[in-house]
Amino acid sequence: MINTNQLSEITYVEALNQALFLAMKKSEDVFCYGLGIDDPGRIFATTKGLVEEFPERVFDMPTAENSMTGIGIGAAIAGMRPVMVHQRLDFFLLALDQLINNAAKWHYMFDGKRSVPLTIRLLIGRGWGQGPTHAQNLQALFAHIPGLKVVMPSTPNDAKSMLLESIYDDNPVVFLEHRWLHNQLGTVAEEPENHPDYLPMDKARVVTQGEDITIVSMSYLTIEAIRAVNSLKEQGISAELIDLRSIKPIDWATLSLSVKKTGRLLVLDSGATTGSVAGDIVSTLVEKEFTALKTAPQRLAMPDIPEPTSYALTKDYYFGAKEIADKAHQMVISVSAGDVYTHLVKEGHHDVPGDYFKGPF
Amino acid sequence: MNTLIDNTQHQREILNKLYLIRDLEEKIAAHYSEGKMRCPTHLSIGQEGAPAALSVLLSDKDFAVSTHRAHAHYLAKGGCPNAMMAEIFGKATGCSGGRGGSMHLIDENVGFKGSTAIVGNTIPVGVGLALSQKMRKQDNLTVVYLGDGATEEGSFYESANFAVLKSLPVIFVCENNLYSVYTGLEKRQPKDRKIHQLAESIGLKSFHGDGNDVVQSYQIFQNAVNHIKQGNGPCFVELETYRWREHCGPNYDNHIGYRSEQEFLTWQQKEPIARFEQWLNENSQLSTNDFSASRANINTKIEQAFKFASESPFPKAHTMKNHVYSEQHND
Repeated sequence: MINTNQLSEITYVEALNQALFLAMKKSEDVFCYGLGIDDPGRIFATTKGLVEEFPERVFDMPTAENSMTGIGIGAAIAGMRPVMVHQRLDFFLLALDQLINNAAKWHYMFDGKRSVPLTIRLLIGRGWGQGPTHAQNLQALFAHIPGLKVVMPSTPNDAKSMLLESIYDDNPVVFLEHRWLHNQLGTVAEEPENHPDYLPMDKARVVTQGEDITIVSMSYLTIEAIRAVNSLKEQGISAELIDLRSIKPIDWATLSLSVKKTGRLLVLDSGATTGSVAGDIVSTLVEKEFTALKTAPQRLAMPDIPEPTSYALTKDYYFGAKEIADKAHQMVISVSAGDVYTHLVKEGHHDVPGDYFKGPF
Repeated sequence: MNTLIDNTQHQREILNKLYLIRDLEEKIAAHYSEGKMRCPTHLSIGQEGAPAALSVLLSDKDFAVSTHRAHAHYLAKGGCPNAMMAEIFGKATGCSGGRGGSMHLIDENVGFKGSTAIVGNTIPVGVGLALSQKMRKQDNLTVVYLGDGATEEGSFYESANFAVLKSLPVIFVCENNLYSVYTGLEKRQPKDRKIHQLAESIGLKSFHGDGNDVVQSYQIFQNAVNHIKQGNGPCFVELETYRWREHCGPNYDNHIGYRSEQEFLTWQQKEPIARFEQWLNENSQLSTNDFSASRANINTKIEQAFKFASESPFPKAHTMKNHVYSEQHND
């Protein structure tokens, strides 16, 4: 008998791949489509082997983002569970009519008669000159629309469990995967809910418990934040790191509980500062937990400028573990950290997640 | 000509659908100014022919989606008149519980899967429904109603391309009424290019005819439906027609300057219902007496629909929060 509790260490990409196989095995209603889904690259190998196993239910598509979204909606209101994928989030912006006017509204505007169980996988690029229109983090834009769910898993087991739950959710889910997470290693269980770290899709995860400050992260920033939190600990600062996982809805209970304990809040966001999810979290927690706060909450989000392309221009564009640690240190100790966290600056090229990454996208 | 609708049942059904759409909408127009139908309302008066002729060829398992001007499509498909009127009155018993109004009609019992208020945006939804029918090997089709304006939207080209690519069981029904709101076709599309020819060039089997000629429309739809049911892929049907009243609302608007009274009168002469009655008189066993009996019967139903709508309760204000998300599984 197979021990379903056994964990194996695999990449985020392999975890997504396992989730797709599982979902398609479990139900004939699931089908997968997207430009390049069965091409030699297989969406960075996330759909590897899929078309061979399910030839009728995995298909490439015309370059028609808007209508292909609407076609997914049509199949979904007939009871199917389509999974669409785009190699960059930015391409999907052509589909905002179908996403906002139909997918998000259908269940409401027809009085709950029919929902739209559509999953939209969007890949967020970064670095190697991805530039202004291949690297946008628009989670706030999607989260703004009532009727949509938005998730950003950061670990392989979350990627697996949350993709499965997105597919089996009866609502449209925007599933955002950061390209720099694709090679992350982590343990997964055959059935993801058997993993000791398993949480339902709409729950935030307390990654590390702490007393002095709450740091809220999302997606790839969780990886940077873990490094920051480890260094803060060496300086005697106990940070509680919360990985949001679900951007819409937000697990306010977990955030409130943490802020009540620490009295300090730093929110990280991979999107532009104005109108960011971080801004919304800060304002909501100020409203709800004002009396618990010992200092003004802060956000670390991206500047209100597009990502430039040149290697030279992107040098100071992103923030990482060092900036997170500096900010948290300042908030807790009330003095500048100076050079304490300089070692957190990533060595090597700033525009790749690791030496393995050779581009082009 | 006299064998074009040789099915007596279809003759009666078409006639009843024409009466229902026309007389119900006339009643909406007559009462709209009372301020109880508080939503944008686009009347189909003058355009009843195509949906009436097509719908008798469909079953409840065939799907249809529609546009902002959806009353005729919904009613012809067999959609419940009570639920439609209650929806326009904003009542809890409305087909969309008062959340959608005139432009968001649904009756899944008869395969009417929804109408929406954005031009061109149900076209792909209909193609997706047809995709599900094909993937599930169902022997049914989907009707996508659209207007001439929607053939200017990218969604039309994208959807038509995919329908042809996958040979999906979908029939695009383009009611060309010459206007997109107040903007005439000649300002929007090249003069010598026909919409049905354009559709043909995408690879859709295309038909073209007089949408106010119910008999001709029926014949075209028979061919189109047969084409699809025999597995030959999607069709496009362009039918010329004319909306009598203003784009949105109950009034005539021939005086405001975007079209002429003469143009309207010319089209009124080509009115679909009287022409069909005349054809039936000459070619069927139905006579004027049957017409008036049917119409009286239909008007009783219309009275009931209005009574149902006006007597139904409004939804409670706090229920506005319901149904943003689904908590239940689709069947």
